[in-house]
Amino acid sequence: MKEHTVKSYEEELALLDKKIAQMGGLAEQSLGRSLEALERRDPKLAEDVVQSDHAIDDLERELEEQVISMVARRQPMADDLRHIIGALRITTDLERIGDLAKNIAKRSLAIADEVHPKPLMTGIRHMVELALHQLKEVLDAYGERDAEKALSVWRNDAQIDAMYNSLFRELLTYMMEDPRNIGLSTHLLFGAKNIERVGDHTTNIAETVHYLVRGVNIADDRPKDDQTSSTLISGT
Amino acid sequence: MNDHSRPFELSFGQLESAASDAGMNNNKVTSRKVSVFYGQKQALFDVDLDIPDRAVMALIGPSGCGKSTFLRCLNRMNDTIPECRVTGEIKVDGKDIHDPDLDVVELRGRVGMVFQKPNPFPKSIFENIAYGPRIHGLARTKSDLEEIVISSLEKAGLLSEVKDRIHEPGTALSGGQQQRLCIARAIAVNPELILMDEPCSALDPIATAKVEELIDELKENFCIVIVTHSMQQAARVSQRTAFFHLGVLVEEGVTVEMFTNPKDKRTQDYITGRFG
Repeated sequence: MKEHTVKSYEEELALLDKKIAQMGGLAEQSLGRSLEALERRDPKLAEDVVQSDHAIDDLERELEEQVISMVARRQPMADDLRHIIGALRITTDLERIGDLAKNIAKRSLAIADEVHPKPLMTGIRHMVELALHQLKEVLDAYGERDAEKALSVWRNDAQIDAMYNSLFRELLTYMMEDPRNIGLSTHLLFGAKNIERVGDHTTNIAETVHYLVRGVNIADDRPKDDQTSSTLISGT
Repeated sequence: MNDHSRPFELSFGQLESAASDAGMNNNKVTSRKVSVFYGQKQALFDVDLDIPDRAVMALIGPSGCGKSTFLRCLNRMNDTIPECRVTGEIKVDGKDIHDPDLDVVELRGRVGMVFQKPNPFPKSIFENIAYGPRIHGLARTKSDLEEIVISSLEKAGLLSEVKDRIHEPGTALSGGQQQRLCIARAIAVNPELILMDEPCSALDPIATAKVEELIDELKENFCIVIVTHSMQQAARVSQRTAFFHLGVLVEEGVTVEMFTNPKDKRTQDYITGRFG
Protein backbone atom coordinates (compact mmCIF):
# COMPACT_ATOMS: atom_id res chain seq x y z
CA MET A 1 0.00 0.00 0.00
CA LYS A 2 1.29 3.42 -0.98
CA GLU A 3 1.79 5.90 1.83
CA HIS A 4 -0.18 9.11 2.17
CA THR A 5 1.49 12.20 0.80
CA VAL A 6 0.72 13.86 4.12
CA LYS A 7 2.96 12.00 6.57
CA SER A 8 1.13 13.07 9.72
CA TYR A 9 -2.04 11.41 8.37
CA GLU A 10 -0.13 8.15 8.05
CA GLU A 11 1.14 8.55 11.62
CA GLU A 12 -2.35 9.19 12.97
CA LEU A 13 -3.68 6.06 11.28
CA ALA A 14 -0.82 4.04 12.75
CA LEU A 15 -1.58 5.49 16.17
CA LEU A 16 -5.17 4.23 15.92
CA ASP A 17 -3.86 0.69 15.35
CA LYS A 18 -1.44 1.03 18.22
CA LYS A 19 -4.22 2.07 20.59
CA ILE A 20 -6.50 -0.74 19.44
CA ALA A 21 -3.66 -3.24 20.01
CA GLN A 22 -3.06 -1.79 23.47
CA MET A 23 -6.75 -1.92 24.38
CA GLY A 24 -7.04 -5.44 23.00
CA GLY A 25 -4.06 -6.56 25.09
CA LEU A 26 -5.56 -5.03 28.24
CA ALA A 27 -8.98 -6.59 27.57
CA GLU A 28 -7.39 -10.03 27.06
CA GLN A 29 -5.41 -9.62 30.25
CA SER A 30 -8.49 -8.58 32.27
CA LEU A 31 -10.54 -11.50 31.05
CA GLY A 32 -7.75 -14.00 31.79
CA ARG A 33 -7.11 -12.55 35.22
CA SER A 34 -10.79 -12.43 36.13
CA LEU A 35 -10.93 -16.19 35.51
CA GLU A 36 -7.85 -16.70 37.65
CA ALA A 37 -9.39 -14.61 40.43
CA LEU A 38 -12.52 -16.75 40.21
CA GLU A 39 -10.67 -20.05 40.22
CA ARG A 40 -8.13 -19.17 42.87
CA ARG A 41 -10.68 -17.22 44.92
CA ASP A 42 -8.21 -14.42 45.06
CA PRO A 43 -9.94 -11.18 46.19
CA LYS A 44 -6.79 -9.12 45.69
CA LEU A 45 -6.43 -10.19 42.09
CA ALA A 46 -10.15 -9.56 41.54
CA GLU A 47 -9.72 -6.07 42.97
CA ASP A 48 -6.78 -5.48 40.62
CA VAL A 49 -8.91 -6.43 37.61
CA VAL A 50 -11.65 -4.03 38.71
CA GLN A 51 -9.13 -1.21 39.15
CA SER A 52 -7.31 -1.82 35.88
CA ASP A 53 -10.50 -1.30 33.87
CA HIS A 54 -9.88 2.46 34.05
CA ALA A 55 -6.94 2.10 31.70
CA ILE A 56 -9.20 0.54 29.04
CA ASP A 57 -11.81 3.26 29.54
CA ASP A 58 -9.17 5.97 29.19
CA LEU A 59 -7.88 4.47 25.96
CA GLU A 60 -11.40 4.31 24.59
CA ARG A 61 -11.93 7.99 25.31
CA GLU A 62 -8.59 8.92 23.77
CA LEU A 63 -9.32 6.91 20.65
CA GLU A 64 -12.80 8.41 20.31
CA GLU A 65 -11.38 11.90 20.54
CA GLN A 66 -8.76 11.08 17.95
CA VAL A 67 -11.38 9.69 15.56
CA ILE A 68 -13.59 12.77 15.91
CA SER A 69 -10.62 15.02 15.27
CA MET A 70 -9.50 12.97 12.25
CA VAL A 71 -12.97 13.00 10.69
CA ALA A 72 -13.13 16.77 11.13
CA ARG A 73 -9.63 17.52 9.87
CA ARG A 74 -8.90 14.80 7.32
CA GLN A 75 -12.30 14.08 5.82
CA PRO A 76 -11.27 10.48 5.26
CA MET A 77 -12.31 8.55 2.16
CA ALA A 78 -12.46 4.93 1.03
CA ASP A 79 -10.24 2.52 3.02
CA ASP A 80 -9.14 5.33 5.35
CA LEU A 81 -12.78 6.06 6.15
CA ARG A 82 -13.43 2.38 6.83
CA HIS A 83 -10.27 2.17 8.92
CA ILE A 84 -11.19 5.16 11.10
CA ILE A 85 -14.86 4.24 11.54
CA GLY A 86 -13.82 0.61 12.11
CA ALA A 87 -11.43 1.64 14.89
CA LEU A 88 -14.23 3.65 16.52
CA ARG A 89 -16.52 0.62 16.50
CA ILE A 90 -13.85 -1.80 17.69
CA THR A 91 -12.87 0.43 20.59
CA THR A 92 -16.47 0.34 21.85
CA ASP A 93 -16.52 -3.47 21.70
CA LEU A 94 -13.18 -3.72 23.49
CA GLU A 95 -14.35 -1.37 26.21
CA ARG A 96 -17.42 -3.56 26.73
CA ILE A 97 -15.24 -6.66 26.92
CA GLY A 98 -13.25 -4.90 29.64
CA ASP A 99 -16.48 -4.17 31.53
CA LEU A 100 -17.61 -7.78 31.26
CA ALA A 101 -14.27 -9.01 32.62
CA LYS A 102 -14.59 -6.51 35.45
CA ASN A 103 -18.05 -7.86 36.22
CA ILE A 104 -16.71 -11.44 36.41
CA ALA A 105 -14.03 -10.23 38.83
CA LYS A 106 -16.68 -8.57 41.01
CA ARG A 107 -18.73 -11.75 41.07
CA SER A 108 -15.66 -13.73 42.08
CA LEU A 109 -15.45 -11.47 45.13
CA ALA A 110 -19.08 -12.23 46.01
CA ILE A 111 -18.62 -16.00 45.91
CA ALA A 112 -15.05 -16.22 47.20
CA ASP A 113 -16.17 -18.07 50.33
CA GLU A 114 -18.36 -20.63 48.59
CA VAL A 115 -17.35 -24.09 47.47
CA HIS A 116 -16.90 -24.08 43.70
CA PRO A 117 -18.10 -27.30 42.08
CA LYS A 118 -15.30 -28.56 39.84
CA PRO A 119 -17.26 -29.59 36.69
CA LEU A 120 -18.90 -26.17 36.52
CA MET A 121 -15.59 -24.37 36.96
CA THR A 122 -14.07 -26.51 34.22
CA GLY A 123 -16.93 -25.47 31.93
CA ILE A 124 -16.31 -21.81 32.68
CA ARG A 125 -12.57 -22.22 32.16
CA HIS A 126 -13.16 -23.74 28.74
CA MET A 127 -15.46 -20.91 27.78
CA VAL A 128 -12.91 -18.30 28.84
CA GLU A 129 -10.11 -20.10 26.99
CA LEU A 130 -12.14 -20.19 23.82
CA ALA A 131 -13.24 -16.55 24.23
CA LEU A 132 -9.61 -15.51 24.74
CA HIS A 133 -8.51 -17.48 21.70
CA GLN A 134 -11.23 -15.84 19.62
CA LEU A 135 -10.29 -12.39 20.91
CA LYS A 136 -6.63 -12.95 20.09
CA GLU A 137 -7.51 -14.19 16.62
CA VAL A 138 -9.74 -11.21 15.86
CA LEU A 139 -7.10 -8.74 17.05
CA ASP A 140 -4.60 -10.49 14.78
CA ALA A 141 -7.12 -10.31 11.93
CA TYR A 142 -7.37 -6.56 12.54
CA GLY A 143 -3.62 -6.09 12.68
CA GLU A 144 -3.04 -8.19 9.57
CA ARG A 145 -6.16 -6.89 7.76
CA ASP A 146 -7.14 -10.53 7.24
CA ALA A 147 -10.82 -10.82 6.28
CA GLU A 148 -10.65 -14.64 6.08
CA LYS A 149 -9.38 -14.87 9.64
CA ALA A 150 -12.15 -12.50 10.77
CA LEU A 151 -14.70 -14.67 9.01
CA SER A 152 -13.39 -17.76 10.77
CA VAL A 153 -13.64 -16.02 14.18
CA TRP A 154 -17.18 -15.01 13.26
CA ARG A 155 -18.12 -18.61 12.50
CA ASN A 156 -16.44 -20.05 15.62
CA ASP A 157 -18.62 -18.02 17.97
CA ALA A 158 -21.19 -20.82 17.68
CA GLN A 159 -18.89 -22.94 19.83
CA ILE A 160 -19.00 -20.45 22.70
CA ASP A 161 -22.77 -20.28 22.39
CA ALA A 162 -22.96 -24.09 22.53
CA MET A 163 -20.77 -24.20 25.63
CA TYR A 164 -22.91 -21.56 27.27
CA ASN A 165 -26.09 -23.52 26.51
CA SER A 166 -24.68 -26.61 28.08
CA LEU A 167 -23.39 -24.75 31.14
CA PHE A 168 -26.77 -23.06 31.52
CA ARG A 169 -28.48 -26.43 31.71
CA GLU A 170 -25.96 -27.78 34.18
CA LEU A 171 -26.37 -24.76 36.44
CA LEU A 172 -30.17 -25.02 36.36
CA THR A 173 -29.94 -28.68 37.33
CA TYR A 174 -27.51 -27.85 40.09
CA MET A 175 -29.89 -25.21 41.46
CA MET A 176 -32.82 -27.60 41.35
CA GLU A 177 -30.88 -30.23 43.27
CA ASP A 178 -30.40 -27.95 46.24
CA PRO A 179 -31.78 -24.42 46.66
CA ARG A 180 -28.70 -23.54 48.73
CA ASN A 181 -26.76 -23.66 45.45
CA ILE A 182 -28.83 -20.88 43.93
CA GLY A 183 -26.64 -17.96 45.11
CA LEU A 184 -23.42 -19.41 43.79
CA SER A 185 -25.04 -20.76 40.64
CA THR A 186 -26.63 -17.45 39.77
CA HIS A 187 -23.27 -15.70 39.99
CA LEU A 188 -21.65 -18.39 37.87
CA LEU A 189 -24.52 -18.19 35.41
CA PHE A 190 -24.06 -14.45 35.03
CA GLY A 191 -20.32 -15.04 34.74
CA ALA A 192 -20.92 -17.52 31.93
CA LYS A 193 -23.33 -15.12 30.29
CA ASN A 194 -20.64 -12.43 30.45
CA ILE A 195 -18.22 -14.70 28.65
CA GLU A 196 -20.85 -15.46 26.06
CA ARG A 197 -21.27 -11.68 25.61
CA VAL A 198 -17.49 -11.32 25.20
CA GLY A 199 -17.90 -13.77 22.32
CA ASP A 200 -20.61 -11.55 20.81
CA HIS A 201 -18.42 -8.44 21.01
CA THR A 202 -15.58 -10.42 19.45
CA THR A 203 -17.96 -11.36 16.66
CA ASN A 204 -18.85 -7.67 16.21
CA ILE A 205 -15.16 -6.91 15.87
CA ALA A 206 -14.85 -9.69 13.28
CA GLU A 207 -17.68 -8.10 11.29
CA THR A 208 -15.99 -4.71 11.51
CA VAL A 209 -12.65 -6.16 10.36
CA HIS A 210 -14.38 -7.85 7.45
CA TYR A 211 -16.03 -4.57 6.41
CA LEU A 212 -12.81 -2.67 6.93
CA VAL A 213 -10.85 -5.01 4.65
CA ARG A 214 -13.40 -5.81 1.96
CA GLY A 215 -15.74 -2.81 2.09
CA VAL A 216 -18.83 -5.04 2.35
CA ASN A 217 -20.68 -6.53 5.27
CA ILE A 218 -20.57 -10.25 6.00
CA ALA A 219 -23.43 -11.34 3.81
CA ASP A 220 -25.00 -14.23 5.64
CA ASP A 221 -26.56 -14.00 9.07
CA ARG A 222 -24.45 -14.82 12.03
CA PRO A 223 -25.30 -18.29 13.41
CA LYS A 224 -27.16 -17.69 16.67
CA ASP A 225 -26.97 -20.70 18.94
CA ASP A 226 -27.78 -19.18 22.30
CA GLN A 227 -31.15 -20.83 22.95
CA THR A 228 -31.23 -20.16 26.69
CA SER A 229 -33.65 -17.25 26.32
CA SER A 230 -36.27 -19.81 25.32
CA THR A 231 -35.19 -22.66 27.62
CA LEU A 232 -36.95 -23.73 30.79
CA ILE A 233 -36.26 -26.89 32.74
CA SER A 234 -39.38 -28.03 34.46
CA GLY A 235 -39.06 -29.02 38.12
CA THR A 236 -41.54 -31.87 37.88
CA MET B 1 -30.38 27.57 14.83
CA ASN B 2 -29.40 27.30 11.20
CA ASP B 3 -31.79 25.56 8.93
CA HIS B 4 -30.16 22.42 7.60
CA SER B 5 -33.56 21.47 6.28
CA ARG B 6 -33.63 17.94 5.01
CA PRO B 7 -36.55 15.81 4.05
CA PHE B 8 -36.88 14.06 7.39
CA GLU B 9 -39.69 11.90 6.12
CA LEU B 10 -37.05 10.13 4.05
CA SER B 11 -34.73 7.77 5.87
CA PHE B 12 -31.03 7.87 5.00
CA GLY B 13 -31.45 4.50 3.32
CA GLN B 14 -34.12 5.94 1.05
CA LEU B 15 -31.93 8.91 0.23
CA GLU B 16 -29.13 6.51 -0.61
CA SER B 17 -31.31 4.34 -2.79
CA ALA B 18 -32.64 7.43 -4.53
CA ALA B 19 -29.03 8.25 -5.27
CA SER B 20 -28.37 4.77 -6.61
CA ASP B 21 -31.51 4.94 -8.72
CA ALA B 22 -29.96 7.90 -10.47
CA GLY B 23 -28.04 5.36 -12.51
CA MET B 24 -31.24 3.67 -13.54
CA ASN B 25 -32.73 6.77 -15.17
CA ASN B 26 -32.61 7.26 -18.88
CA ASN B 27 -29.18 8.27 -19.97
CA LYS B 28 -28.97 11.81 -21.25
CA VAL B 29 -25.50 11.38 -22.68
CA THR B 30 -23.74 8.29 -23.93
CA SER B 31 -20.14 8.31 -25.02
CA ARG B 32 -18.42 5.43 -26.75
CA LYS B 33 -14.72 5.10 -27.44
CA VAL B 34 -14.17 8.83 -27.19
CA SER B 35 -10.54 9.79 -27.73
CA VAL B 36 -9.12 13.28 -27.97
CA PHE B 37 -5.83 14.28 -29.56
CA TYR B 38 -4.05 17.61 -29.27
CA GLY B 39 -1.81 17.37 -32.31
CA GLN B 40 0.28 14.23 -31.79
CA LYS B 41 -0.54 13.98 -28.11
CA GLN B 42 -3.47 11.84 -27.06
CA ALA B 43 -5.34 13.34 -24.09
CA LEU B 44 -8.25 10.92 -23.77
CA PHE B 45 -8.33 7.19 -24.48
CA ASP B 46 -11.51 5.38 -25.53
CA VAL B 47 -13.87 6.78 -22.91
CA ASP B 48 -17.16 4.91 -22.54
CA LEU B 49 -19.45 6.77 -20.15
CA ASP B 50 -23.21 6.99 -19.69
CA ILE B 51 -24.54 10.10 -17.95
CA PRO B 52 -28.01 9.78 -16.43
CA ASP B 53 -30.64 12.49 -16.81
CA ARG B 54 -31.88 14.53 -13.84
CA ALA B 55 -28.86 13.73 -11.74
CA VAL B 56 -25.39 15.08 -11.08
CA MET B 57 -22.35 13.30 -12.48
CA ALA B 58 -19.02 14.36 -10.98
CA LEU B 59 -15.80 14.00 -12.93
CA ILE B 60 -12.76 13.80 -10.69
CA GLY B 61 -9.07 13.18 -11.16
CA PRO B 62 -5.70 14.91 -10.91
CA SER B 63 -4.78 17.85 -13.13
CA GLY B 64 -4.22 16.82 -16.71
CA CYS B 65 -6.21 13.60 -16.37
CA GLY B 66 -8.61 14.57 -19.14
CA LYS B 67 -11.75 15.33 -17.14
CA SER B 68 -12.13 18.89 -18.47
CA THR B 69 -11.22 17.70 -21.95
CA PHE B 70 -14.04 15.17 -21.74
CA LEU B 71 -16.44 17.82 -20.41
CA ARG B 72 -15.59 20.10 -23.33
CA CYS B 73 -16.36 17.28 -25.77
CA LEU B 74 -19.98 17.30 -24.67
CA ASN B 75 -20.75 20.69 -26.22
CA ARG B 76 -18.05 20.45 -28.88
CA MET B 77 -16.04 23.21 -27.28
CA ASN B 78 -12.91 21.37 -28.39
CA ASP B 79 -13.85 22.27 -31.98
CA THR B 80 -12.62 25.76 -31.22
CA ILE B 81 -9.11 24.53 -30.44
CA PRO B 82 -6.94 24.17 -33.55
CA GLU B 83 -5.07 20.86 -33.76
CA CYS B 84 -7.65 19.22 -31.48
CA ARG B 85 -9.23 16.07 -32.86
CA VAL B 86 -12.07 14.11 -31.26
CA THR B 87 -12.87 10.55 -32.31
CA GLY B 88 -15.54 8.15 -31.11
CA GLU B 89 -19.23 8.72 -30.60
CA ILE B 90 -21.09 11.05 -28.27
CA LYS B 91 -24.86 11.07 -28.21
CA VAL B 92 -27.09 13.53 -26.41
CA ASP B 93 -30.66 12.21 -26.24
CA GLY B 94 -29.65 9.50 -28.66
CA LYS B 95 -28.47 11.98 -31.30
CA ASP B 96 -24.86 11.99 -32.45
CA ILE B 97 -23.44 15.43 -31.70
CA HIS B 98 -20.82 15.01 -34.45
CA ASP B 99 -23.48 14.53 -37.09
CA PRO B 100 -22.52 16.93 -39.93
CA ASP B 101 -26.16 18.03 -40.16
CA LEU B 102 -26.20 19.09 -36.54
CA ASP B 103 -26.15 22.81 -35.84
CA VAL B 104 -23.42 23.44 -33.25
CA VAL B 105 -25.02 26.70 -32.13
CA GLU B 106 -28.25 24.83 -31.48
CA LEU B 107 -26.30 22.14 -29.57
CA ARG B 108 -24.66 24.74 -27.38
CA GLY B 109 -28.11 26.19 -26.74
CA ARG B 110 -29.10 22.83 -25.30
CA VAL B 111 -25.88 22.45 -23.34
CA GLY B 112 -25.18 25.25 -20.85
CA MET B 113 -21.75 25.78 -19.42
CA VAL B 114 -20.40 27.33 -16.24
CA PHE B 115 -16.70 27.99 -15.82
CA GLN B 116 -14.21 28.09 -12.99
CA LYS B 117 -14.04 31.87 -12.82
CA PRO B 118 -17.32 33.74 -12.97
CA ASN B 119 -17.37 35.51 -16.32
CA PRO B 120 -20.37 37.82 -16.52
CA PHE B 121 -20.59 40.03 -19.60
CA PRO B 122 -19.70 43.67 -18.90
CA LYS B 123 -23.37 44.50 -19.03
CA SER B 124 -26.25 44.77 -16.59
CA ILE B 125 -27.54 41.79 -14.64
CA PHE B 126 -30.64 41.87 -16.82
CA GLU B 127 -28.70 41.93 -20.07
CA ASN B 128 -26.40 39.13 -18.94
CA ILE B 129 -29.38 36.82 -18.75
CA ALA B 130 -31.43 38.29 -21.59
CA TYR B 131 -28.60 37.86 -24.11
CA GLY B 132 -28.97 34.10 -24.64
CA PRO B 133 -32.77 33.93 -24.95
CA ARG B 134 -32.65 36.90 -27.30
CA ILE B 135 -30.12 35.43 -29.76
CA HIS B 136 -31.78 32.01 -29.59
CA GLY B 137 -35.15 33.67 -30.29
CA LEU B 138 -36.76 32.32 -27.14
CA ALA B 139 -38.71 35.48 -26.31
CA ARG B 140 -41.14 37.11 -28.68
CA THR B 141 -42.06 40.12 -26.57
CA LYS B 142 -40.32 42.28 -24.06
CA SER B 143 -42.46 40.91 -21.27
CA ASP B 144 -41.58 37.33 -22.32
CA LEU B 145 -37.95 38.25 -21.98
CA GLU B 146 -38.48 39.87 -18.60
CA GLU B 147 -40.25 36.76 -17.43
CA ILE B 148 -37.34 34.57 -18.50
CA VAL B 149 -34.85 36.85 -16.74
CA ILE B 150 -36.83 36.88 -13.50
CA SER B 151 -37.50 33.15 -13.46
CA SER B 152 -33.84 32.36 -14.25
CA LEU B 153 -32.68 34.60 -11.40
CA GLU B 154 -35.20 32.92 -9.16
CA LYS B 155 -34.08 29.41 -10.14
CA ALA B 156 -30.49 30.43 -9.52
CA GLY B 157 -31.47 31.63 -6.04
CA LEU B 158 -30.29 35.13 -6.83
CA LEU B 159 -33.51 37.07 -7.32
CA SER B 160 -34.04 38.19 -3.72
CA GLU B 161 -30.45 39.46 -3.57
CA VAL B 162 -30.50 41.50 -6.80
CA LYS B 163 -34.11 42.41 -7.53
CA ASP B 164 -33.57 46.11 -6.72
CA ARG B 165 -30.48 46.48 -8.90
CA ILE B 166 -31.25 44.37 -11.89
CA HIS B 167 -30.01 47.06 -14.27
CA GLU B 168 -26.70 47.52 -12.51
CA PRO B 169 -23.57 45.90 -13.95
CA GLY B 170 -23.23 42.15 -13.33
CA THR B 171 -19.56 42.70 -12.59
CA ALA B 172 -20.50 44.71 -9.47
CA LEU B 173 -21.78 41.56 -7.75
CA SER B 174 -19.71 39.50 -5.33
CA GLY B 175 -17.83 36.46 -6.70
CA GLY B 176 -20.43 34.00 -5.47
CA GLN B 177 -23.28 36.11 -6.84
CA GLN B 178 -21.46 36.44 -10.17
CA GLN B 179 -21.16 32.67 -10.38
CA ARG B 180 -24.86 32.25 -9.67
CA LEU B 181 -25.52 34.92 -12.29
CA CYS B 182 -23.55 32.78 -14.76
CA ILE B 183 -25.65 29.79 -13.77
CA ALA B 184 -28.82 31.90 -14.23
CA ARG B 185 -27.47 32.89 -17.66
CA ALA B 186 -26.85 29.25 -18.51
CA ILE B 187 -30.33 28.10 -17.53
CA ALA B 188 -32.08 31.05 -19.22
CA VAL B 189 -31.80 29.36 -22.61
CA ASN B 190 -33.53 26.34 -21.14
CA PRO B 191 -30.73 23.85 -21.65
CA GLU B 192 -31.08 20.14 -21.00
CA LEU B 193 -27.54 19.57 -19.94
CA ILE B 194 -25.43 21.85 -17.74
CA LEU B 195 -21.65 21.47 -17.72
CA MET B 196 -19.75 22.96 -14.80
CA ASP B 197 -15.98 23.19 -14.84
CA GLU B 198 -14.86 23.69 -11.23
CA PRO B 199 -17.66 26.16 -10.57
CA CYS B 200 -16.74 26.75 -6.93
CA SER B 201 -12.97 26.82 -6.94
CA ALA B 202 -12.89 30.62 -6.89
CA LEU B 203 -15.62 30.94 -4.24
CA ASP B 204 -15.61 31.11 -0.45
CA PRO B 205 -17.34 28.36 1.58
CA ILE B 206 -20.59 30.30 1.96
CA ALA B 207 -20.89 31.03 -1.75
CA THR B 208 -19.85 27.42 -2.42
CA ALA B 209 -22.66 26.13 -0.20
CA LYS B 210 -25.16 28.31 -2.09
CA VAL B 211 -23.99 27.00 -5.44
CA GLU B 212 -24.10 23.43 -4.14
CA GLU B 213 -27.64 23.95 -2.86
CA LEU B 214 -28.51 25.31 -6.30
CA ILE B 215 -26.98 22.26 -8.01
CA ASP B 216 -29.08 20.08 -5.73
CA GLU B 217 -32.25 21.88 -6.84
CA LEU B 218 -31.32 22.07 -10.51
CA LYS B 219 -30.79 18.33 -10.77
CA GLU B 220 -34.56 17.88 -10.47
CA ASN B 221 -34.88 19.30 -13.98
CA PHE B 222 -31.47 19.12 -15.59
CA CYS B 223 -28.68 16.72 -16.28
CA ILE B 224 -25.58 18.17 -14.64
CA VAL B 225 -21.95 17.24 -15.21
CA ILE B 226 -19.48 18.83 -12.83
CA VAL B 227 -15.70 18.76 -12.89
CA THR B 228 -14.27 19.35 -9.45
CA HIS B 229 -10.96 19.08 -7.65
CA SER B 230 -12.72 18.85 -4.33
CA MET B 231 -13.47 15.23 -3.54
CA GLN B 232 -15.71 16.36 -0.73
CA GLN B 233 -17.70 18.46 -3.16
CA ALA B 234 -18.06 15.53 -5.55
CA ALA B 235 -19.20 13.39 -2.62
CA ARG B 236 -21.71 16.01 -1.50
CA VAL B 237 -23.35 17.03 -4.76
CA SER B 238 -23.21 14.08 -7.13
CA GLN B 239 -25.11 10.83 -7.42
CA ARG B 240 -22.52 9.23 -9.67
CA THR B 241 -18.80 9.84 -9.94
CA ALA B 242 -16.29 9.10 -12.68
CA PHE B 243 -12.56 9.00 -11.95
CA PHE B 244 -10.12 9.87 -14.73
CA HIS B 245 -6.39 9.24 -14.64
CA LEU B 246 -3.84 9.87 -17.41
CA GLY B 247 -6.60 10.24 -19.98
CA VAL B 248 -8.30 6.98 -19.05
CA LEU B 249 -11.69 6.60 -17.39
CA VAL B 250 -10.58 4.36 -14.54
CA GLU B 251 -13.82 3.84 -12.69
CA GLU B 252 -17.40 5.09 -12.67
CA GLY B 253 -20.16 4.33 -10.21
CA VAL B 254 -22.58 5.40 -7.51
CA THR B 255 -20.90 8.20 -5.57
CA VAL B 256 -21.39 6.67 -2.13
CA GLU B 257 -19.75 3.45 -3.31
CA MET B 258 -16.88 5.31 -4.96
CA PHE B 259 -16.00 7.15 -1.79
CA THR B 260 -16.43 4.29 0.66
CA ASN B 261 -15.34 1.29 -1.37
CA PRO B 262 -13.77 2.10 -4.74
CA LYS B 263 -12.97 -0.91 -6.89
CA ASP B 264 -9.78 0.29 -8.53
CA LYS B 265 -6.57 0.84 -6.60
CA ARG B 266 -5.80 4.02 -8.57
CA THR B 267 -9.14 5.51 -7.48
CA GLN B 268 -8.43 4.51 -3.90
CA ASP B 269 -4.96 6.05 -3.95
CA TYR B 270 -6.27 9.28 -5.44
CA ILE B 271 -9.24 9.85 -3.16
CA THR B 272 -7.34 8.95 0.00
CA GLY B 273 -4.40 11.21 -0.80
CA ARG B 274 -1.79 8.60 -1.64
CA PHE B 275 -0.38 10.33 -4.68
CA GLY B 276 2.84 9.03 -5.98
